[in-house]
Amino acid sequence: MNERIGVSQWERWLCPVLATAMLLALWRYAVLWTGTRVFPSPREVERGLAQLVHEGVLWRDILDSLRRVAIGYFAALGLGIPLGLLLGWYPSLNQVVNPVVQILRPISPIAWIPVAILFFGVGDDAAIFLVFLGAFFPTVVTCVDSVANVPLIYRRAGSNFGLTPPQLLARVVFPAALPQILVGLRIALGIGWLVVVAGEMIAVNSGLGFLIIDSRNSGKRYDLVVGAMLLIGVIGLILDVLFRRLEAIKPVRWGFRNES
Amino acid sequence: MSAPAQATAADAPIPASRVKLRTENVGMSFQREGKTLPVLENIDLEVRDGEFVCLLGPSGCGKSTLLNAMAGFLKPTSGDIRVDGEIVRGPDPRRIFVFQERGVFPWLTVEGNIGFGLSRLSRSERVQRVHHYIQMVGLEGFEKSYPHELSGGMKQRVEVARALAVNPDVMFLDEPFGALDSITRMIMRGELLRIWQAERKTILFVTHDIDEAVQLADRVVVMSARPGRIQEIVSIDISHPRDISSPRYLQMRDGILGQIGLAHRL
Repeated sequence: MNERIGVSQWERWLCPVLATAMLLALWRYAVLWTGTRVFPSPREVERGLAQLVHEGVLWRDILDSLRRVAIGYFAALGLGIPLGLLLGWYPSLNQVVNPVVQILRPISPIAWIPVAILFFGVGDDAAIFLVFLGAFFPTVVTCVDSVANVPLIYRRAGSNFGLTPPQLLARVVFPAALPQILVGLRIALGIGWLVVVAGEMIAVNSGLGFLIIDSRNSGKRYDLVVGAMLLIGVIGLILDVLFRRLEAIKPVRWGFRNES
Repeated sequence: MSAPAQATAADAPIPASRVKLRTENVGMSFQREGKTLPVLENIDLEVRDGEFVCLLGPSGCGKSTLLNAMAGFLKPTSGDIRVDGEIVRGPDPRRIFVFQERGVFPWLTVEGNIGFGLSRLSRSERVQRVHHYIQMVGLEGFEKSYPHELSGGMKQRVEVARALAVNPDVMFLDEPFGALDSITRMIMRGELLRIWQAERKTILFVTHDIDEAVQLADRVVVMSARPGRIQEIVSIDISHPRDISSPRYLQMRDGILGQIGLAHRL
């Protein structure tokens, strides 16, 4: 039994490593075979990133991007979760607000860039606003749905113990909906990370998005462009992995089927 | 047949004669696709203080609906439900509904669940009360466990303890042991009787299991289906603990089988 688990854990690491190695090899030989002089090889990307680390700009860009996502994301949660819970709790209120949400929701945050700059000027706030928009709507919609999906039996049990409606919301409905809400918040975080890159290409002059556009514009440094792209991917993965660890916390673990 | 109050008084020190819960000509109907679907008709029932009453009937006979109405979760279409003479207008902590173990809150520990209705008490009182009921239902050592770490029977104990902890006068149990395996179910019946004898709550217990009803109840309310009506009320005048192979027990059981229209030979 132990052996079996040992093998599967070993496989869990080996397979992704193998797949990554194969992708890198494919990339390298594709560059060699096509004889491109513009698109960088893995080795060149590595050197380019090393140079940025050496100059001390890479950390600053990464931290700037993360900071913008953090502020925009937490602002979206701070407004979106209470609003979503409220709308889920009062279906009649949701009937009024829902059409507005549904119209605003499909608008890509990218489309908001000119408006964001109009509102906030060129700078951090515009980029943060875009992250906020990207994370806000999925948060609200998830909360509304999660609250609506709370089994009647929990509400009845809660109200049977004499809870007032605000207590019922805080002590029964929110914790009952939390696992499903977390799934939505995870998606919202992913969207926030997608959006910050786009925002940084236009509104600010730091961050990984800016690094990509700046590397292209000043000297066609495609090694840095590709390097920044890969970094965005890796950091996105790390954020997601970190977020998923929340699913293992005991008061929500019951809601995730794969954990028991 | 002798009055159930006397049968109860024989093995219990506390006389149970005062009417606790009364339904007066209760009827319920649901609207479905524009049609009115009668679910319950002419339900007249009196339940005495401290009495254990089983509502027995085939699925779809409205017994769960009746229980939900008594608990205040549903409003009767006609008639009144009174507890202590007062019309029931909603759920109340003095009357706790016990669902199948699905009513346990999965985000709280055993302790958290049992203490759920005790937020008005001081911390020390709450801890003491929770401890008392954890002991009563035999869950010592599982205080910090979460429901998904427990078996079905243990979850059911948590829910019964959570109900008992707020010291209700009345408990409504809706097929509480329906999801348990037959051995656990037998054990839980014994536990429930022990608790009932210790705490003397008025219990309304919904079941479709004839044996369960005859083993537990002072009186069995046999219901017929579509629309649900009270067909017969049978007093089980056998003192606890009941010998489930005694002729009297089998006679009562067969009587109810006959009432429902089932031959006792398959």
